[in-house]
Amino acid sequence: MLRKGLAIAALGLALVGGPALAAGSQKEPRTVDWSFSGPFGKFDRAQLQRGFKVYREVCAACHSMNLMSFRNLGQKGGPFYDPKYPNPNDNPYVKTIAKEYEVSDIDQETGDVVKRPATPADHFPNPYPNEAAARAGNGGALPPDFSTLSKARKGGADYVYSLMTGYGTPPAGLEVPSGQYYNPYMLGDVSAFWKGEGYAPKGGFIAMPPQLTPDKVTFDDDTKSTISQQAKDVAAFMAWASEPKLEERKAFGVGAMIYLTILAGLLYVSYRRIWRNVAH
Amino acid sequence: MAGANPENGAGGDDPSRRDFIHIAAGAAAAGAAVTIAWPLVDQMNPAGDTLALASVEFDLTKVELGQSVTIKWRGKPLFIRHRTGAEIAAAIKDDNAPMRDPQTDEVRHKPGKAEWLVLIGTCTHLGCVPTFGGGDYQGWFCPCHGSHYDTSGRIRKGPAPTNLAVPEYAFVSDTMVKVG
Amino acid sequence: MSGHSNYVPKTGFERWLDARLPVARLAYDSLIDFPTPKNLNYWYTFGGILALCLGIQLATGIVLAMHYVPHVDHAFASIERIMRDVNYGWLVRYMHSNGASMFFIAVYAHMFRGLYYGSYKAPRELLWILGCVIYLLMMATAFMGYVLPWGQMSFHGAVVITNLFGALPIIGESITTWLWGGFAVDNATLNRFFSLHYLMPFMIAGVVILHVWALHVTGNNNPTGVQVQSKADTVPFHPYYTVKDGFAIAVFMLMFAAFVFFNPNALGHPDNYIPANPLVTPAHIVPEWYFLPFYAILRAVPDKLMGVLLMFGAIAVLFILPWLDTSRVKSLRYRPTTRMYFFIFVVACFILGLCGARLPDEHVIPGLKTFQLLDADLNSMVWLSRFATAYYFAYFLIVLPVMGLSETPLDQPKSISEPILSPSAALPAGAAASPEKRG
Repeated sequence: MLRKGLAIAALGLALVGGPALAAGSQKEPRTVDWSFSGPFGKFDRAQLQRGFKVYREVCAACHSMNLMSFRNLGQKGGPFYDPKYPNPNDNPYVKTIAKEYEVSDIDQETGDVVKRPATPADHFPNPYPNEAAARAGNGGALPPDFSTLSKARKGGADYVYSLMTGYGTPPAGLEVPSGQYYNPYMLGDVSAFWKGEGYAPKGGFIAMPPQLTPDKVTFDDDTKSTISQQAKDVAAFMAWASEPKLEERKAFGVGAMIYLTILAGLLYVSYRRIWRNVAH
Repeated sequence: MAGANPENGAGGDDPSRRDFIHIAAGAAAAGAAVTIAWPLVDQMNPAGDTLALASVEFDLTKVELGQSVTIKWRGKPLFIRHRTGAEIAAAIKDDNAPMRDPQTDEVRHKPGKAEWLVLIGTCTHLGCVPTFGGGDYQGWFCPCHGSHYDTSGRIRKGPAPTNLAVPEYAFVSDTMVKVG
Repeated sequence: MSGHSNYVPKTGFERWLDARLPVARLAYDSLIDFPTPKNLNYWYTFGGILALCLGIQLATGIVLAMHYVPHVDHAFASIERIMRDVNYGWLVRYMHSNGASMFFIAVYAHMFRGLYYGSYKAPRELLWILGCVIYLLMMATAFMGYVLPWGQMSFHGAVVITNLFGALPIIGESITTWLWGGFAVDNATLNRFFSLHYLMPFMIAGVVILHVWALHVTGNNNPTGVQVQSKADTVPFHPYYTVKDGFAIAVFMLMFAAFVFFNPNALGHPDNYIPANPLVTPAHIVPEWYFLPFYAILRAVPDKLMGVLLMFGAIAVLFILPWLDTSRVKSLRYRPTTRMYFFIFVVACFILGLCGARLPDEHVIPGLKTFQLLDADLNSMVWLSRFATAYYFAYFLIVLPVMGLSETPLDQPKSISEPILSPSAALPAGAAASPEKRG
C-alpha cells in the first residue's frame, strides 16, 4: 500500500534524522557491553563499588557531585545497598564512609562556621568553595559536576569510558596549545591548529590531563587495576549516579509491557467479538 | 443496550457485554488504571531526602537541670526536658490519679533516665505548641484551647484526648540521644 | 447535544437528576448512543488517544507541580530531586516528558487523517479550526514546559524562541522585554512560563470540549467522505467504538511504555541535563522533534522578519484551509491526482523535519559537489528546506484551490453502506489503494 509504505518510510526517516549533528566533531565512542543496558539490565554492585573508589580517589579532587548524598550509596540499587538496612541512613558502611568526610555546618550556639563529620543525609562535599575557585584551580576550565554527567553527554557511559581511555599521542601536524590535551572523543574543532595534510582529525582539546594509570586505584576485590578497568568502573558508577532508579524503572517496565500486551490482546478479541456481525 | 442494532446484526446473536472476554478486557483495563493511579498517590508520601532528615542526634549536656530545649524534628517541635527531682516526684505521686489517658511516669522515660523527658511538642488536641510552666499541674499548658499537662506530659484537664506523645528515641551514649 | 435523545432514565434518582441537570443524558447521548459511521478505520482512533494523552499530561503535570520549584537556582535540582527522591517521581516525570512527544505523534496522525479524508470541509470548518486552536495551544504549552527543567536546551531554546518576536518592526523589542520581564530570559521568565504552562492545559481542555461538541453536531466524517444517510450507515458509539478505541489505546500505550521505561531520554537532548548557563550556548541548538519542520521553515529564509512570518504563516494557513480546498469531494480516496500531491506534501513535511535537525550548511548528499546558488551550495540543507517550504505553501495555496476546480474525481459511493454491501460493483478503482482493510 502506497500510503502505509510512505508513512512507515517517513517515520523511519524522521527517527533516524532526529538526533542532531553537533557543530564540531568527535569520534563515535566505543561501545562497551554494560551490565545495565537492555530491558533487563542491572548495575553490577561490585563494579559500582570499584567505580565509587575511582571517583573518590581520582576524580573527586576536582569534580563535584552536588546532587549525591552519602545515603544514596546505600539505597536500593546503590553500590553499598544492604537488605538488612532498608533505610540507607542506618547502613553502617554508608555511615563509616560519610564520617570520613568533613562538611561545613553552623554551630547552633555560637553561630560560627564549623567542620563536622558528615552524616548519611549530607551531600557529597564540593571540592571547591565556588565556581571561580574551581576555574582558578584548573587553568580557567570548570570541571563539570558529575551528578548527571553521564546522561548529559551523547553516548552516556560509552562516552565517559572512551574519553578516559582515549588519550594518546596527538596526530603529527596538530599543534596542541599548552595546558590542553588532544582527545579524539572530546567534542571540538581543532582545524585552526591543524598543520598536516587533508582534513583536521576528529576530536577536540580538553583541559584535563590523562588521569588514569595502571594500579592508581587498588581494588578491594582484587580486580586487576588497568586503565580500561578503572575507566569502565567509574563510567558505570557515573551512569548509576545519573539514573539511580534505572533498575526500578526497567523492572517496572518489563511488567508494564507484559501487562499491556495481554490487555491489548484481550481488547482485540473483545473488539472482534463485538464487530463480528457488522459488515463494515 | 449495547449492540441492539437490528439493521446491522446479520445473525441473531448480538454481542453481549456479559461475554467473558469483555469482562476480562474491562477488568484488565481497570487494573491498568489502578496500577498507574498508585504512583500518583504514593508520590505525596515523604520523599527519600525528607526521610533522610527524619532522625536527629542531640547532645544532652547542653540542657541544664530544670531547663528544657526545643528542637525541630520532622518539622515539629521536640521538647527535651531535664527534669528536677521535685518534678519527677510530682509525676510519680500522680501515677494513680484519675486520668483521661492513664499511664505511669515510668513508661514515659527510658529506664534509669527519669530526668530526661523527650516529648513531641504538639498538643494532641489540634496541634498547637504548649508552653511550659503554665496550667494547673505545673507541666505544660496549651494556650489555644486550654489543655493542661502535668510534669510527665500527661493530659489532666482540657479538651486534648491523649498525653503528649513520646517519640521513638534511644540513648546512643550516656549524653547523646537519637530521635527517630 | 443535537437531534433527539434516546436516553430513558431508569431509576427514580435518574429521573430526578434528569429533570434538574441532565448530565446522564448528555453522557449517554454523546458517549454511548452517539450514532457513528460504521466504516471508521484505525486512523479515527487518534481522537480517543489524544483525549487520553491530555488526561495523562494533566495528571502527571499536577503531580510534578507539587515538587517542582520555579526558581532559576532550584529548578534543575528540583527536577532531579523528583527523579531521585520522590516516590515514583522518575515514572511521573518521564511519563510527562515523553507524554508530550506522544501527544504530538497522535496529533500529527489525527491531522493527517483530517487532511486525507477532507474532514475540514463543510460542514466541519469550525471543528477543524477548533482543532487548529488546540494545536497552537499545545505548541505554546510544550515550549514553555520544555523551559521548566532549566537545562542548557531549556534556557537557550527560550532565548531563541522569545527573540523571534523581536523580529516584528517597531514593537518587537518591547514585546520581548515584556515576555522576559527583564533584559534577558531569567527568573521572572521562568516563573511566568511555569504559571502559563499550568494554565494552558486547562484552556486546551476547554477547547477540546468545544471540539467534541462541534463534532457531535455535525457527526463524524468517514473514509468515504459521504454523509451518513440512514441508520444503516451507523453503529452506536458504545460498545463498537469504545472497544476499538480501547484496543488502539492499548497498542499506543505499548509504544509509550517502551519509551518511558527503556529509552526515556531518546526523544530529548543530552544537553538539557546540563544546568542552564547563560554565558555558554550549546554547540547546536535544536528544538524538540515536533517543532523541527517549523524551525526549518524559519531558517530557510535569510531575512529575520520574513522567516518568522513564514513560520507563523505555516500554521495560519491551516486555519483558512476549509476555504482553500475548492473540491466538492471530501475524501482523497476519490481524488487520485490530488492524492499524489498530498503524499508529496507529507514527504515535504518529513524533509522539513529532517532539515530542522541539521545544520543549514550541511550537505544533503555527502561529498557531492554542486554549484553555489545565491547564498548557499545547492546541495545543502538550507536549499532543501527552501524547496520543501515552497512546496508546503504551494500545496495549500495552489494545489488545493486549482485541483478542486480542474480535477475530475472518481465516482463516490451513494452511501457508506453501498461499497460494503456490494463491494465488487461499487468499489471504485481508487478505493483499492486505501489500506484501511482491517481484520
